[in-house]
Amino acid sequence: MSGLATYNFAYLDEQTKRMIRRAILKAIAIPGYQVPFASREMPMPYGWGTGGVQVTAAILGPSDVLKVIDQGADDTTNAVSIRAFFQKVANVEVTTRTKEATIIQTRHRIPEEKLTEGQVLVYQVPIPEPLRFLEPRETETRKMHALSEYGLMHVKLYEDIARNGHIATTYAYPVKVEGRYVMDPSPTPKFDNPKMHMSEALQLFGAGREKRIYALPPFTDVVSLDFDDHPFTVQSFEKPCALCGAEGVYLDEVVLDDRGGRMFVCSDTDYCEDRRAQGFLGDQGVPLKEAAE
Amino acid sequence: MYVAVKGGEAAIANAHRLLADRRRGDRAIRAIGIDQIESQLSLAVDRVMAEASLYDPSLAALAIKQSRGDMIEAIFLLRAYRTTLPRFGYSEPVDTGAMRIERRVSATYKDLPGGQLLGPTFDYTHRLLDPALQTDEAVETPLTRTPSPENTSRVTDILNGEGLIEPDSSMEDEHEPGDITRTPLDFPMTRDTRLQALARGDEGFLLALAYSTQRGYARTHPFAGEIRIGMVEVEMDLPELGFSVPLGEVRLTECQSVNQFKGSATQPPQFTRGYGLVFGQSERKAMAMSLVDRALRAEEFGEDIVAPAQDEEFVIAHSDNVQATGFVEHLKLPHYVDFQAELDLVRRMRAEQGLAPANTQSEQKEAAE
Repeated sequence: MSGLATYNFAYLDEQTKRMIRRAILKAIAIPGYQVPFASREMPMPYGWGTGGVQVTAAILGPSDVLKVIDQGADDTTNAVSIRAFFQKVANVEVTTRTKEATIIQTRHRIPEEKLTEGQVLVYQVPIPEPLRFLEPRETETRKMHALSEYGLMHVKLYEDIARNGHIATTYAYPVKVEGRYVMDPSPTPKFDNPKMHMSEALQLFGAGREKRIYALPPFTDVVSLDFDDHPFTVQSFEKPCALCGAEGVYLDEVVLDDRGGRMFVCSDTDYCEDRRAQGFLGDQGVPLKEAAE
Repeated sequence: MYVAVKGGEAAIANAHRLLADRRRGDRAIRAIGIDQIESQLSLAVDRVMAEASLYDPSLAALAIKQSRGDMIEAIFLLRAYRTTLPRFGYSEPVDTGAMRIERRVSATYKDLPGGQLLGPTFDYTHRLLDPALQTDEAVETPLTRTPSPENTSRVTDILNGEGLIEPDSSMEDEHEPGDITRTPLDFPMTRDTRLQALARGDEGFLLALAYSTQRGYARTHPFAGEIRIGMVEVEMDLPELGFSVPLGEVRLTECQSVNQFKGSATQPPQFTRGYGLVFGQSERKAMAMSLVDRALRAEEFGEDIVAPAQDEEFVIAHSDNVQATGFVEHLKLPHYVDFQAELDLVRRMRAEQGLAPANTQSEQKEAAE
């Protein structure tokens, strides 16, 4: 039991990291293809970001600057926990600022600020298979990908339109990568889908429980599935962020009281703070200095 | 005025501090020792070792203490430790025929060479709460007999002598044992990796599946050919030495179920087998495993696949309780970004159907304020 307290840099042993890096390289070589990898048990539960954590651990170097977000925010409990984990086992510099980070691990959001060359966005993925809810069997879905047999997905989207007048998928909206593989963007709102297209940053997706890694190399063609007469659209919000006044960003609804009072604020906390620091103010916002007091 | 909730870090630290407090409980009561757990809650220790796939009683006991007795949490703790250990290779197959038997029962023969040996079993105890256990009353030393120096042959070997049962199955000579902790699952699986997955599978899940086969969801009609519990030696072949050396002993529970089989075009009528092998003393798990193993061999015997217990992808993909608990419990993580997207959609769809949103007016009023 004496060796219990010592762990390798970034927790995983080097053999495991090498195995994961190989999977990542293969994933980059075949954009959108799900590469099986020998996912390890991590010291946090499956379903809580073990895939993303393993990818981050495999690519993290001592000079990296890490940002971790969940729902767009740096201060949600699981983001705090994962960030603390890497501070503990890798002692790397961490940040909440999108532009300062070299690696950003995320759950459910893509930062509002445009990512740039050299940055890596690591997604935590619960169910990597976009066809899973149409076909529960892995043996079948693998065949469907191999044959580019995506008719079932189009039928599903068509049925949405027939029933509701529009496509009723709001998050984890399927995309087609480089005209070949249909890919699950992880449960990000479809609002974020266009950000994946031709991104300058490398995007890596890790699913620990399902043991899959996939990737979008920089400048990859990513198209959200749609129909000519029902083109893909993203959510739009009627009002700007109540704190920083930003428009064209994704907002969280905050319930203020039990009388129906609501306010809408940026889901990306760093973006919101940055704007307020620059002096932008929403109709319910207070200057940043005051709020800190 | 709304200010974004900060302080996740402090909240987590405080929650963990409270957890440590609750784990310790009343300070006036002496803390439970790892040695006490290891020797007095040994079946809990066995289950944790089995489903964590790590044979280390004292670490399993530590995990049970740390998890406040939550078994799946303890299994998780031990697995997360196991995964950091280097893997040197694999042992020689253990010879359960050479087991130092503590318990051995067969339901198929009244008596057999080596005899029936009840051992430390709950069977035939009357489940009456024992007030004597509230205090530390002296317990009689058990009666033991000198073990027979000869191996106790396995019931399947006896049946096999007549050719009535399929022989021990084997993999090709070149086949290297799979390792489900080092290679992602690939369906359909080979039987070695499938048995590995079942051996670490959740006891409750396998029990329920085994039970379902008995109640008609896939008819397997098993007999408990033999259940044996005892110590076996683990040996490893060291290439440098050219022979295998013993690494130590482990306690195992083995169950061989004997099932009917009418025969097929390629196989004669004979009994078939289901196999269960589990760390420690865990009869329920070993029996359930053997029933599920047999049910999962349906395709091999050309049987119709009609029930969940026969469906390899269904059974194996959902048998791991650490995976299952993580994913079920991840629902308590924030999902408000996705929920927001769904809220928006439901509101829009209701508006399209002409349903006046109940609180739009107040919302607009608030916004106007």
